[in-house]
Amino acid sequence: MNRLRTPHLLALVFGIAFLYLPILVLVLYSFNASRLVTVWGGFSTRWYAALLQNQALLDAAWLSLKVALVSASLATILGLLAALALARFGRFAGRTLFAGMIAAPLVMPEVITGLALLLLFVGLDAERGFWTVTFAHVTLTACFAAIVIQARLSTLDRSLEEAAQDLGATPLRVFFAITLPMIAPAILAGWLLAFTLSLDDLVLASFTSGPGATTLPMRIYSSVRLGVTPEINAASTLLIGLVATVVVLASLLIKRDALARD
Amino acid sequence: MEAGTETLDKRARGRASWLRPRWLVLALPYAWLLAFFLLPFLIVLRIALSDTARALPPYAPHWTGWAEAWNFLQALDLESFTTLFGDSLYLEAYLSSLRIAATATLITLLIAFPLAYAMASAPRRWQPALLILVILPFWTSFLIRVYAWMAILRPEGVLDALLRGLGLIDEPLALMNTETAVLIGMVYSYLPFMVLPIYTTLEKLDRSLLEAAADLGATPFRRFVSIVIPLARPGIYAGCFLVFVPAIGEFVIPDLLGGPETLMIGKVLWTEFFSNRDWPLASAVAILLLLVLAVPLLVYQRFARKEPA
Repeated sequence: MNRLRTPHLLALVFGIAFLYLPILVLVLYSFNASRLVTVWGGFSTRWYAALLQNQALLDAAWLSLKVALVSASLATILGLLAALALARFGRFAGRTLFAGMIAAPLVMPEVITGLALLLLFVGLDAERGFWTVTFAHVTLTACFAAIVIQARLSTLDRSLEEAAQDLGATPLRVFFAITLPMIAPAILAGWLLAFTLSLDDLVLASFTSGPGATTLPMRIYSSVRLGVTPEINAASTLLIGLVATVVVLASLLIKRDALARD
Repeated sequence: MEAGTETLDKRARGRASWLRPRWLVLALPYAWLLAFFLLPFLIVLRIALSDTARALPPYAPHWTGWAEAWNFLQALDLESFTTLFGDSLYLEAYLSSLRIAATATLITLLIAFPLAYAMASAPRRWQPALLILVILPFWTSFLIRVYAWMAILRPEGVLDALLRGLGLIDEPLALMNTETAVLIGMVYSYLPFMVLPIYTTLEKLDRSLLEAAADLGATPFRRFVSIVIPLARPGIYAGCFLVFVPAIGEFVIPDLLGGPETLMIGKVLWTEFFSNRDWPLASAVAILLLLVLAVPLLVYQRFARKEPA
């Protein structure tokens, strides 16, 4: 089928428009000089300027960034180890429980995970703040990273690893010289997924955070509850821009990597 | 076949030898998940079974150790669960969560299927770009996407202005804070979860089957019903599962787009915990929500197993 038929084209246009129009509206109105959503008061960057004056929001953004960087890195390491175990170990004692614990957070309502983690932290008498939020995010996002990396590992051509092994490379050497470079794009994708999920999380952070540690989504949520504000539109636009840039750059990198290998 | 599998198993074991000792690789993620995923649920269960007064004030007492376990068992009267079943609010919240999630899943399927089908029928060289277009919104903040709909749906909002401009309505738009707004938010947020699995099955669909059916005189409708839908079934099941399950426990969407009469269990749990500070009751709500979620999980496994590999 080489040509796109009209109903298919319509489905594509409507589907993609439905996905993108709300985001475009938000971006557009972040440049609106008027405070009212319905009135277009001309192009302006005043809300972005106001954003720079909003110390509470900036602090929250900085905290979120730190949490996302640390938790995504820890989650990727855990996810890689978990993926290796799932993809390469065959059957082992406790595999069902392990695979279940990897899959469960993906569909578990966040309110339950958040509540459970908070009760754990309270039970441990841990001071709630940066580390409790970070650990909560690691727990959730490591599972996503594990799934992404495992998918790549299970479709990997093993012949290179076997060849290296036959030529006398030690197991560790095989892993670092052959396996790791081959799954590097998946590791990057897993890290990115963990990073954006952490940056975006409201529910887990609300449960596990303490006084003085307010993440960006928590800050956005508390002002959004009171209504639509142009400042939040501007903050959202910046966040969307950041994530879109990183994701597009990463997919270009991964593509270039794949082309270079071919 | 048996012998073949056995050899494969052996080879797989041989290959994994570079990862020995295995337990070093396995121990870290396993211990992490046990400590931060499984153990917390046991604590939830424990607190759900304790009395309200025990966990108040909100900063609950320290871990009291196993010595107290016997006293705990003796004092067990399932107070929180009695409250849960005694007050119709909770039952209604569960039922309305199921209803809203099911409606959202159905609407999502109706929008996602044509989109996935069109993507799979598009020229091959377009497909990676289309796929990225559908996935990209999923990467942008969920909270912000829900917030975007607040700006669109509220009275004096974008849609309101548009419909008034077209002369379609005279009254202010009364969509915000209704169940319809919650459904719109859910369909929008979960659409990629439905499109991707359906697209994956449709993309693998053997086009020659459709051509053969056409040569034998099947109408396009007949081809669609007897070939496309049955072959897309695994993707449809997976998509419905991926939308339905998170939708039941959803908090952000009903809280921001729904009104006071939009009752959903995730919101109830949040209120019990943060506003009423009733930890045992919130834990009991969580335990029952988990039990409710087990139903679609079992149904999905049953359906998925029926499908030939």
